[in-house]
Amino acid sequence: MTDPTPRPLSLQTVWLLEVRDNRSRAAFAQLFDFYAPRLKGMLMRAGMRSNQAEDVVQEVMLSIWRKADQFDPARAQASAWIYRIARNRQIDMIRRENRPLPDALILDEEDSIDDAGQVLALDQEGAQLRAALARLAPEQRAVIEQAYMGELSHSEITAQTGLPLGTIKSRIRLALDRLRHDLRDLR
Amino acid sequence: MTEITHHISEELLTAYAAGSLGQAFSVAVAAHVSLCLECRARLAAVEHVGGAVLDGLATQSVGGDLKAAVMAALDMPAPAEEATAPRRSGIYPGAVMAALKGRPPKWRALGAGIRQCIISEGPDGSLRLLYIPPGQAVPDHGHGGLEMTLVLQGSFHDETGQFGVGDIEIAAEELEHTPIAGQGLACICLAATDAPLRFRSWLPRLLQPVFRI
Repeated sequence: MTDPTPRPLSLQTVWLLEVRDNRSRAAFAQLFDFYAPRLKGMLMRAGMRSNQAEDVVQEVMLSIWRKADQFDPARAQASAWIYRIARNRQIDMIRRENRPLPDALILDEEDSIDDAGQVLALDQEGAQLRAALARLAPEQRAVIEQAYMGELSHSEITAQTGLPLGTIKSRIRLALDRLRHDLRDLR
Repeated sequence: MTEITHHISEELLTAYAAGSLGQAFSVAVAAHVSLCLECRARLAAVEHVGGAVLDGLATQSVGGDLKAAVMAALDMPAPAEEATAPRRSGIYPGAVMAALKGRPPKWRALGAGIRQCIISEGPDGSLRLLYIPPGQAVPDHGHGGLEMTLVLQGSFHDETGQFGVGDIEIAAEELEHTPIAGQGLACICLAATDAPLRFRSWLPRLLQPVFRI
């Protein structure tokens, strides 16, 4: 049983936990309303036409519903988890081969219990990340969007190292250190 | 297990997360992340930025019947393919086993005890396994484009450093190197390129145009 969720958690994480724990269709409908138009935007940026993009959005939303039991808010924010699922489904559907994925970490039962403090910390960090992105100058933000929406090759991403990504890089670094620390504890 | 000291760059992790890496490089990145806790955490951090970008993305309105179709499909059983992804087998991470279609590698002798298994090859790149006996050198070879070499067993060293299990060497086009397998177990590596292979056997370089090596 989950307690009433503390206010600082992002709505997206709350909805996804409701789907995971209670199979809530109402919460899933909220997730759909928020993410379907964004996912469609992401797919159309990748060159898909509207109806093709909607086919993939449908598959991604169904994957979210089916895989919700794998969502661990101590390890990923809802948006990061959905970003990953969307990319995997998109590539599986476009390419003939499946997207190569890292082996799943084998976790003990006791390790997968949500750690409330870690969940909150990660969620707040996500909020700060979004705020940092929103504060960027439009042209800087555009390049970051291009990189994360798959519009730049790896050499083009490498060529962008001069960009002022300081704030974002430091957020990444924080998330990295905490996750790495967690993972080491699991060994 | 020895500490992994050679990792994947932030840029390549970002390109993997964003889906802009080709299949061969994606296999190499997924295989390294399978072996490397640090890069697993770094990939997770990259995906957090990806999620934040997704949340702030301009929206495209979806057709009204899409939501109804998705809600109606919630109770349908999941397609079976999602459950059958190949798993790690011996020294080969799941991503490599999937590339091998779940079967053990088929080795071909290249000479001097060195063996190769070409997993995929095309104009956009190649993916192969190399087997190098202890102490054996792989003659100088350059490569077009980028080459990723992930150690799965044993070790090798070259002009740039020492590479053990889990270490990945990211070599730019300019690098002409002579990897030498370490003592102990034979060195088994996964090698991915984003350009056609330049060497497939010990034929002299000048025959390359003829034999497409």
